[in-house]
Amino acid sequence: MQKLKLVMVGNGMAGVRTLEELLKIAPDLYDITVFGAEPYANYNRILLSPVLAGEMTLKDIMLNDVEWYAANNIVLHLGRKIVKIDRRARKVIAADGTEAEYDRLLLATGSNPFMLPVPGTKFDGVITYRDIADTNAMIEAAANFKHAVVIGGGLLGLEAANGLALRGMHVTVVHLMEWLMERQLDRTAAGMLQRSLEAKGLRFLLNTQTTEIVGGGQDGKVGRVKGVKFKDGSEVATDLVVMAVGIRPNTELAEMAGIHCNRGIVVNDTMQTFDPKIYAVGECVAHRGIAYGLVAPLFEMGKVCANHLANFGIGRYEGSILSTKLKVTGIDLFSAGDFTGGAGAEEIIMHDAMGGIYKKLVIKDNRIVGGVMYGDTVDGSWYLQLLRDKQDVHDIRDHLMFGQSHLGNSGHQGQSKAAAMSDQMEVCGCNGVCKGVIVKAIKEKGLFTVDDVRKHTKASSSCGSCTGLVEQILASTVGGAYQPAQSKNKPVCACTDHTHEETRRMIREHKLLSVPEVMKFMEWRTPNGCATCRPALNYYLISTWPHEAKDDPQSRFINERAHANIQKDGTYSVVPRMWGGSTTAAELRRIADVVDKYKIPTVKVTGGQRMDLLGVKKEDLPGVWRDLGMPSGHAYAKALRTVKTCVGSEWCRFGVQDSTQMGIDLEKDLWRMYAPHKVKLAVSGCPRNCAESGIKDVGVIGVESGWEIYIAGNGGIKTEVAQFLCKVTSREEVLEHAGAFLQLYREEARYLDRTVHYVARAGIDYVKQRIVEDAAGRKALYGRLRFALKDAPDPWQERAQGVAKHEFEALTV
Amino acid sequence: MNAPEKAFAMTSWRKVGSVEDIPQLGARVVKSEHGDIALFRNADDEVFALLDKCPHKGGPLSQGIVFGRHVACPLHNWSIGLADGQAVAPDVGCAQRFETKVENGFVLLKM
Repeated sequence: MQKLKLVMVGNGMAGVRTLEELLKIAPDLYDITVFGAEPYANYNRILLSPVLAGEMTLKDIMLNDVEWYAANNIVLHLGRKIVKIDRRARKVIAADGTEAEYDRLLLATGSNPFMLPVPGTKFDGVITYRDIADTNAMIEAAANFKHAVVIGGGLLGLEAANGLALRGMHVTVVHLMEWLMERQLDRTAAGMLQRSLEAKGLRFLLNTQTTEIVGGGQDGKVGRVKGVKFKDGSEVATDLVVMAVGIRPNTELAEMAGIHCNRGIVVNDTMQTFDPKIYAVGECVAHRGIAYGLVAPLFEMGKVCANHLANFGIGRYEGSILSTKLKVTGIDLFSAGDFTGGAGAEEIIMHDAMGGIYKKLVIKDNRIVGGVMYGDTVDGSWYLQLLRDKQDVHDIRDHLMFGQSHLGNSGHQGQSKAAAMSDQMEVCGCNGVCKGVIVKAIKEKGLFTVDDVRKHTKASSSCGSCTGLVEQILASTVGGAYQPAQSKNKPVCACTDHTHEETRRMIREHKLLSVPEVMKFMEWRTPNGCATCRPALNYYLISTWPHEAKDDPQSRFINERAHANIQKDGTYSVVPRMWGGSTTAAELRRIADVVDKYKIPTVKVTGGQRMDLLGVKKEDLPGVWRDLGMPSGHAYAKALRTVKTCVGSEWCRFGVQDSTQMGIDLEKDLWRMYAPHKVKLAVSGCPRNCAESGIKDVGVIGVESGWEIYIAGNGGIKTEVAQFLCKVTSREEVLEHAGAFLQLYREEARYLDRTVHYVARAGIDYVKQRIVEDAAGRKALYGRLRFALKDAPDPWQERAQGVAKHEFEALTV
Repeated sequence: MNAPEKAFAMTSWRKVGSVEDIPQLGARVVKSEHGDIALFRNADDEVFALLDKCPHKGGPLSQGIVFGRHVACPLHNWSIGLADGQAVAPDVGCAQRFETKVENGFVLLKM
């Protein structure tokens, strides 16, 4: 088949990112040709400021070198500016006459820096700040001259000023507005920033309008700039003027071709222009009336655009919430969203003027809508995440200001200042990855997301508790190019763009009953998924359509396929169920006999009040189960594990309720229940809580007048105290409330979410409403759980009788 | 020098069972003098054989989830190519590969 021709005009970050995304998902669809006006391959424009400041070299900021284009069979024309699009003949024409035909055209022409319309901009030494040539011009000027004026006190202007000052120039920043970076900062934060920059030697003229640039020259020849004049009549002498007063989308080419533009090339949510053959991404576009000048939105656009170029037709770009970090070494500054508030907004402010710390969060309807931080920006990514996710912060409001580590979520307490860490300091304890390795991978491999870092370094790929720290390192290494992962709209895995929620909804609404059916219906990109999506799909199917959907053993992780727990040496462990932690002499005798007969090397009492028989050979499993004659403990499964109990009022002199019996009742009610993740319960017979009900998915505590029910606790990676759900009086009510909550979790949580993650997302108020207030709804939930568990088999008993024999028998040659 | 030894260790095709003995998107273990060999069958009924040892920490690949032409090791989720035994980047490593063929529904293993 003849390949389609894709031509890209513009060779910047947004465009090349789009190509990378496209090559990832449809490597063979197009013959790709790229035209770039600059003589360089793709570089990280955001890092020009560190280059100017002398902290990085051009080599450090190259993202894709010429070899990358060659390796991907992309024809690259550098230094060739496209001057015309012939839409009728579907070709583009360069200034030197080079032509290229296209089936799809991708415009990524970026933006042009804006020159103030004042007299004198023609003099030598009056430049803008946009590309490598500008950067080199500044570096050269700094080597030969002494005085510089930067016009524009925004992000770019300040970075330019800082770089020039570091190169030894006396720099004056001229700004039209009352305070610096007025689009990102409020007056207080801007004031603090100004003082720090003044301490570095910069000079500021605020509220100052430039009226003319004066320069030398004779005999009609234009000479070098000499000074800048202002509206109030004053004047500053200078040898260099850098204009950093804003950018304008570069729409010249599109406009000439008659493509609809309105302060940018107008695109829809699929990044398509008014000509369906032509797409546009990056700073040149106007999406829903907004032209973006920061890199994170451009990457989001690229991803969506690639998806549509690849004919997948999924994914929409719906606009971005902007966040900014200033890349001036020694100054930490972060701004996101709407930080001015407005009607109905509240502000939480923390201000330590002496310590140089200022934090302001703007909250509306219990959700963060914006924030400004100065001095301590460690939690910027976290706030941004909360903002994007529209997370209800009502419950964490009282300690929100103290950051994520205060909530215990960045894992390694006291090490949260990523930038201050030395290269040798360990970040990921699970995989032994230190900071230097991560930074090196980010720089050398051009990584932008936590997922990429995880893949390449293994950092945060195991327990995940250092994810926050990895994010911080990423953010401090790549600067503004970093954007936190979208936790709300995360696809199930790389096989699809659909989220967990969409997948569940489709399975329910279209009554999909098998894994292949789901993949076909939802257009999975891979023929039979991967080890991430298949178990999730299988769980969604059997939990949505119990007794109807087909349970696919090959889509289950080995433990659930073999019904035993795989160990590091490939042997298995067996944990028979002991209801509520109670056992009998007969059971113990059978266990002892099995251990002898099968020469089981290790017997260990577990934390869940039962016994673990470790080191069983796979072929022995059916025999072990048969001889034990005890039901499966599901100690291997994403399912109900144990119900831990204390001895309770039967024996204990403090006990006020029969917790052991309640535990047995709960366990008999819920066993064989598969769930998004493992589920652990506990029942204590009095508030002394010896069964540790406070860290369980469902914890029950007996009190004089009945039972208190707690939910969503967790004793794992990060200890989470369970939250109070309600108090009930009877045994039946405990079973119904516990069962209904677990059914809600089964129906709504994402696969591999523990109850704590689910409740954090759904909100405890929502869960209370569904389980406590809505009695009819609770009964319906519990009814659905009972239906799902009705006649569920004991997998051990089945296998002891010969089911799935092939799983346990080897072949021979 | 060691030509006779070579001749002695010459490989041959050996029958190990029928294709139907292996679950689709699954595997069986073959006990052999080389150790356990994992015999995989994918959705297209292609059959592959690898030494049942992940190049990472020796996990039994036969117990992993099979997808496309890969298997995910059950211990630490490395993806190993069924056709070449190579770990998927950025992981690096290789599991020993054995040639297979299917004749009249029977699986033959070269060893």
